[in-house]
Amino acid sequence: MKFAVVVFPGSNCDRDMYHAIKDGLKEEVDLVWYQDADLTEYDAVLLPGGFSYGDYLRSGAIASTSNIVQQIKEAAADKKPVLGVCNGFQVLLESGLLPGAMLPNRDLKFMCHHEELRVENVETMFSSEYQKGGLIQLPIAHGEGNYYCDEAVFQQLKDNEQIVFTYTNNPNGSTGDIAGIVNESGNVLGMMPHPERAVESLLGNADGLRLFQSILMYWRNNHVIHA
Amino acid sequence: MSSMLEISPQEIEQKRLYAEMGLSDQEYKQVVELLGRRPNHTEIGLFSVMWSEHCSYKNSKPLLKKFPTEGPHVLQGPGEGAGVIDIGDNQAVVFKVESHNHPSAVEPYQGAATGVGGIIRDVFSMGARPIALLNSLRFGSLQHPRIKYLFEEVVRGIAGYGNCVGVPTVGGEVQFDDSYEGNPLVNAMCVGLINHNDIQKGIAAGVGNTVMYVGAKTGRDGIHGATFASEELSEEAESKRPSVQVGDPFMEKLLIEACLEVIHHDALVGIQDMGAAGLTSSASEMASKAGTGMKMNLDHIPQREKNMTPYEMMLSESQERMLLVIEKGREQEISEIFKKYDLEAVAVGEVIEERRFRLLHLGEVVADVPVDALAEDAPVYHQPSSVPEYYKEFQAMEDYQPIFENYEETLLQLLQQPTIASKEWVYDQYDSMVQTNTVVTPGSDAAVLRVRGTKKALAMTTDCNSRFIYLDPETGGKIAVAEAARNIVCSGARPLGLTDGLNFGSPENPEIFWQMEKSVDGMSEACKMLEAPVISGNVSLYNESFGKAIYPTPIVGMVGLVEDTSHITRSDFQRAGDLIYVIGKAEPEFGGSELQGMLEGRHFGKAPRIDLVVEKERQSSLLAAIQAGLVQSAHDISEGGLAVALAESLFGEEFGCDVSLTGNAAAELFAETQSRFLVSVRPEDHEKWEQLVTEAVFVGTVNNDGHYRLSMDGETILDTPTKYLKDAWKGAIPCLVKSKA
Amino acid sequence: MRKVKVYITLKEGVLDPQGKAVKNSLNTLDYANVNEVRVGKYMEVMMEDTEELEAQVEEMCEKLLANPVIEDYSYQIEEVIA
Repeated sequence: MKFAVVVFPGSNCDRDMYHAIKDGLKEEVDLVWYQDADLTEYDAVLLPGGFSYGDYLRSGAIASTSNIVQQIKEAAADKKPVLGVCNGFQVLLESGLLPGAMLPNRDLKFMCHHEELRVENVETMFSSEYQKGGLIQLPIAHGEGNYYCDEAVFQQLKDNEQIVFTYTNNPNGSTGDIAGIVNESGNVLGMMPHPERAVESLLGNADGLRLFQSILMYWRNNHVIHA
Repeated sequence: MSSMLEISPQEIEQKRLYAEMGLSDQEYKQVVELLGRRPNHTEIGLFSVMWSEHCSYKNSKPLLKKFPTEGPHVLQGPGEGAGVIDIGDNQAVVFKVESHNHPSAVEPYQGAATGVGGIIRDVFSMGARPIALLNSLRFGSLQHPRIKYLFEEVVRGIAGYGNCVGVPTVGGEVQFDDSYEGNPLVNAMCVGLINHNDIQKGIAAGVGNTVMYVGAKTGRDGIHGATFASEELSEEAESKRPSVQVGDPFMEKLLIEACLEVIHHDALVGIQDMGAAGLTSSASEMASKAGTGMKMNLDHIPQREKNMTPYEMMLSESQERMLLVIEKGREQEISEIFKKYDLEAVAVGEVIEERRFRLLHLGEVVADVPVDALAEDAPVYHQPSSVPEYYKEFQAMEDYQPIFENYEETLLQLLQQPTIASKEWVYDQYDSMVQTNTVVTPGSDAAVLRVRGTKKALAMTTDCNSRFIYLDPETGGKIAVAEAARNIVCSGARPLGLTDGLNFGSPENPEIFWQMEKSVDGMSEACKMLEAPVISGNVSLYNESFGKAIYPTPIVGMVGLVEDTSHITRSDFQRAGDLIYVIGKAEPEFGGSELQGMLEGRHFGKAPRIDLVVEKERQSSLLAAIQAGLVQSAHDISEGGLAVALAESLFGEEFGCDVSLTGNAAAELFAETQSRFLVSVRPEDHEKWEQLVTEAVFVGTVNNDGHYRLSMDGETILDTPTKYLKDAWKGAIPCLVKSKA
Repeated sequence: MRKVKVYITLKEGVLDPQGKAVKNSLNTLDYANVNEVRVGKYMEVMMEDTEELEAQVEEMCEKLLANPVIEDYSYQIEEVIA
């Protein structure tokens, strides 16, 4: 399976994502500069964390206006897995691929530590390797991770089972303790916690690896059958 | 044209305008001699910044020479952007510490942020990828609203910049003492990783080669305050900005990536960042080091503001700017790389054979001075020193012995002293994990980062117990280096070398100069004994307010090498049932201790003694035991003594312990006797451990019952839930920050 | 040349942690009559004048300057005397 990690000016978790795939999942992966990308040759698209364009204006806002977003939308329409982590999630929100928006954390501070998450939905291509209702630890590192959506959208997210991860101890004020959501078709996941920082026990935590393994399983199941 | 608006050389001399820029009469005379004529406004500006202490080390040079700077692994000692030490496999570690004290006192957020930005540039201008940041902070008492504000904003500034550029902030220290009330210290350290063949130097070699400017545009920010008076003559004075530098971490991030790409290009000759004294220092130093000269046309300097004078452009300290020397004719190739990152590289000058620094502006030569006069010929002062009265008094005192009633209450209060209390409130705001190499995150003795693709890891720490240095600079200087090394060893690493951030008051005060002299002597001796050469550093003098100097604070930033990630050791106890050992006997030494400060509200008497031979032996045997796989946890016994160290080791997993001690209870619990360690060992390893570390004394066991239990000569004097102590320790700083004055 | 002054404010009903912090701080400074603070953004955009200037500004706000999910915007267009 071949992954693309899209690098925007100011992305800073791009290499972490790259290593998570290459050394953790042991699959093919390229760092793709936002200007010279051709995403059609990849099986999945990963939008890494960081501060694209310095998070100036709003987190993810300026990146969401770049040309590559059109390609990301096409990849999403092709039902390819699209994962946005942290700033990548913010880009997905700003470009309309996922509903809602990000506000500054409730207590206005950047925070970086491990948080406990509950896996709410294991029926997605990103979470099949987890246990439903299972508790996992993933690092968070953000200043604007306070997920906001209005009640109608929240209801919709619940009804469609689009909420994949929730915080057990909401650190940032997110609506409904939301840590990660998918789109209606289930192939675009945005999440604030960093699975790519949790793929090896040397760094204290490997709970994130199963997320990438889920993607790989999904892809194998589909492609082996078709092959 | 431009020079007509400026002040004439005659005026500079007659009105002694050079004095406002920080030059003495004698120094002005020397400039006139070097030039063979009176300097014009731009020229005197160049000299004023290049001959400042910050750039020339004119007051500290004689002292800095005392530091051992060489070692078998040192690839680059002091003199370049940062020092470099070999770590094997064709890799090297690059690091340096730098102070940003004054800017942070004026505008804490930007002051701290730009301090971080500056030190990162020092590291990547060597060709290294910045992999970690640490910072060493000193503030007055958190009781004052102004201090609280400074503290919160400095932390926010460090976070704002470091998090955005994607370099993890993995460690450091924060201490609080009244001596820093009017003068906080903000020292930032950056560590980078490099392959040997990528090491760059800031040189302007090759006559005819092109000088290129890249990064942010030049504005009027950071032109030092001393020059404001002379600007009143200018027509644009009212439109000029105050001299606060503003950082742009996004620009920095682009510069990092672009420059690290450019260093692999063979057209690159030299690269240096524009730090203190901006364009002036980077350009003149690059030429001076290469034995060349440089000609620059200031009309080509990218400018953010209108009508900037040569003086302003040369003295601006606008952030996020780099100067490059490129092989002639290959400018386009370099520009292309920067263009990818939306950065514009502009040709602004040329390397010349004549060893002059020549600046053109609007068709006129606005400065023409010998390169070495700026970079090399600054005067060097041997300031007089005298033993301070307070020191004589302290040495003559009887040993201080603390008087307190209740052990539990005393321990609880110590754990809440801001210097001892958990700094989670601080480091939670820093991204400590980006780049996914951080094995030991903030909160242990030292941070540890693995070196990806190898078995190696790097341990890093900053340390300086300025209370001891104040009491006795020579002993305190030894302690500062030894303590940093202890932290490195406790993490499973061998010290490689250090960078020093020397923060002192005015060197013109003989008693302060004595503090500098003695602490450097002490540090040098410890560096030699512990085989940790000084490879880079920074000097920040005149840290005084209201006529009162800060405690002498020579910060030690140390890096060590972990040979195998399996050696990585933490300060937390790991498992119930493990045996607890103490290395080193407590003495009733309380001068400068946390307990003394807490009980008496001040520090006095003698600093604890230190024997560097004993220090070295203990560090070596502990490291050998760690490398033999015999150590579960290791923690140095420092602020607050064994009682505090024990509590800290329990906190991680909220273990309990049963510890029995004998002797002088106050000393056993709270003395800050040097060269001591708290270690836990698996029961099955105890024989091997005791054979290897013969000085280790068994004191008790780790257990699961969550109670900190300690007896003295058979009598239980502490029996407290670990959680209760932990909550107090964790809550102290958030509580102080939130409380309303 | 026109100067467009763009004001971005949080939509009513969207929690504004910054506004709340500023309000508390003002109350602490004894401005007891401060009931609410909403923090927004202000931008100055210098543009060449065109026929569709207003429509352009409207579009710019919708597309980038404001996030319609959480923000409202308003603007003023001023003449710049060169």
